[in-house]
Amino acid sequence: MNIIERRKIWFALSGAVIAIGLIIGLFSGINLGIDFTGGALMEIEVHQELPVSEIREIVNEFDPNANINLLGRDRTIVQIRSTIDFDNQERLEIFGKFQEKYDLDLKEDFLRAQQFGPAVGREIQNRALISVLISALGMLAYITFRFELRFGFAAITALIHDILIVIAVYSIFRIPINAPFVAAVLTILGYSINDTIVVFDRIRENLKFMKKNNYEQVANDSIKQTIVRSINTSVTTLITIVALYVLGVEQIRQFALPLIAGVVSGTYSSIFIASPVWVMLKEMQAKKTSYNPNPETK
Amino acid sequence: MRVKNAIIFILLIALVSLAAFTALFGLEVGDRSIRPISQSMKQGLDLQGGVYVVYEAKTNLTGVELDRTIDQTIGIFNRRVNALGLTEPIIVREGDKRIRVELPGVENAQEAIDLIGQTAQLRFITFDGEEVLTGANVRKAEVNFVDGSPSVGLELDSEGANSFSEATGRLDRDYAPRAQERTIFIVLDDEVISDPVVTERITGGRANITGRFSMEYASNLATLIRGGALPVDLEEIESSTITATLGVNALNRSVQAAQIGIILVLLFMLVYYRLPGIVANLALVIYILIVLGTLVALNATLTLPGIAALILSVGMAVDANVIIFERLKEELRAGKTIRASIDSGFKRAFRTIIDANITTLIAGMVLYQFGTGPIRGFAVTLIVGIIASMFTAIVITKFILKLLVGMNLTKNNKLFGA
Repeated sequence: MNIIERRKIWFALSGAVIAIGLIIGLFSGINLGIDFTGGALMEIEVHQELPVSEIREIVNEFDPNANINLLGRDRTIVQIRSTIDFDNQERLEIFGKFQEKYDLDLKEDFLRAQQFGPAVGREIQNRALISVLISALGMLAYITFRFELRFGFAAITALIHDILIVIAVYSIFRIPINAPFVAAVLTILGYSINDTIVVFDRIRENLKFMKKNNYEQVANDSIKQTIVRSINTSVTTLITIVALYVLGVEQIRQFALPLIAGVVSGTYSSIFIASPVWVMLKEMQAKKTSYNPNPETK
Repeated sequence: MRVKNAIIFILLIALVSLAAFTALFGLEVGDRSIRPISQSMKQGLDLQGGVYVVYEAKTNLTGVELDRTIDQTIGIFNRRVNALGLTEPIIVREGDKRIRVELPGVENAQEAIDLIGQTAQLRFITFDGEEVLTGANVRKAEVNFVDGSPSVGLELDSEGANSFSEATGRLDRDYAPRAQERTIFIVLDDEVISDPVVTERITGGRANITGRFSMEYASNLATLIRGGALPVDLEEIESSTITATLGVNALNRSVQAAQIGIILVLLFMLVYYRLPGIVANLALVIYILIVLGTLVALNATLTLPGIAALILSVGMAVDANVIIFERLKEELRAGKTIRASIDSGFKRAFRTIIDANITTLIAGMVLYQFGTGPIRGFAVTLIVGIIASMFTAIVITKFILKLLVGMNLTKNNKLFGA
């Protein structure tokens, strides 16, 4: 199969997924976690599935815009997410309303509460952005040092692709973007670059035997030689993450889903994005240097 | 040679099994015992339940004065936390104006936050239980010298001055000769920090607590009285509480996910790679032991994201083995002998593994540098995992593979997946 030749198909496919995700994101608004926006989250076990309207009645008093979810196997856990950073007193007051109405126990039934001031949210957001940028630059530098700048650019293109895909998945499934999201993205960066490097390493090796500057052929051969490894590695990684997703608790599932998307995207991008982009960059370079009296330049 | 290799191989399997058993269930030999890993690791708040709060001081103070204010606040927090009788609380300054309080395993998390963050309760109580003053009445408390020895001078507001003069007057009048009944207890959060005896009626809102105080004692006492009210307004800027039940549930389900995930990966490797698969699986078990052992040695805290990273890293750790085995197959197909294939396969896979893992390591280190709390736990596990996976693939897999080949069990390349 000539993967490189059909690159337009792959680019279009990725472009479509990203576009759908971003459009949905633009229309319904990206769902930012409270650690990014500032706010509070509370989870209360009420031992019965309550109609949301009944919960809304209680919560409206504190924040009419709060987000209400029912969690747990029997949907008996009420989750309230607000962009108001209720302090401890206010949280106890809100719980008190539930306690009174449904006869709850403060020790047992107030499962979880989290609160982030708005300034902290901005800080976490900035730190997240900086860390993604620094990792990308560090990887670019390392690849340029070990390989060549064009490999670096191609790898970074694949990384940006993966991040966009993951953001698209987040916005399609309306998962809040929060600090674990950043950890997931950085893990995906690591995984994806790892995958890409294995293909590029093979290209680097095969370049020695290249005939007539046929970069397309080299890339295709290298992909063919490494594809079993790429698939097997993503299979073993996926096995573990899917186990986490299926068996894990809510917080872990929120983290596992983007990782699943990221691992699939990372494997896909090293084959269908990074390698074709590298070939394009090399062919552009070859055209530029075709006036060069010394055709040996790579 | 064959016998020797076989013995080493069997010893290795026995050793790994013993280590794995110890890690899972612990071990008792005579009066020495090793606890299982799950018990010897510190658990994060998300696993054992508990509470953390980050407070920010609302103040324009800087430098030494800020340091002193923060230190005082931490001191007050410490006393309150100790009064709750909690184990292993963590109270640290974070950055300039922030204080992080972590209370693992606290049963009533919401109330605990409430108690710690409240403005303190400093009370002056007479022998017969009358409350004379509260912290709000004390304007100043500082060390001064009476007859050349250190004492604590108090300055009260007008309301405090009135009730203090009234109370001391009454004590002086009613209990003239008896020192015990003339005592005023200064109580901070239910703890008596001083019990001076009234010598005369005190008017005008100024009083001295004297005794054979050392400078240090007097200064501490002044700080305590002053600190009755927190020295600065605090804002709760970040907090999280989790019940222990929720934490335990998270731990159990993650461990279950880990077990099933690992078993499936082991099966996959066995079915797909056969003989090398066994080697890879042995290496994988060793890998998991190394990672867990390192985390215990680093005294790392086990968090939910940390467990996720651990499970994820198992999937990824197989990668280096997969790279090696795929190379091995290629070499075998090219017509080389098994021994030659192992040598050249490892040599060629080595560079790939290093390059691929160093880039992942970069992501892990950045994550550690910029992450907070649980994210850091994730990063540490990831970093330890990457280094351990390189080590097991390059050193241990090679060692076991050579051992197996040395046993001359088979000349059948099919068993190597080729």
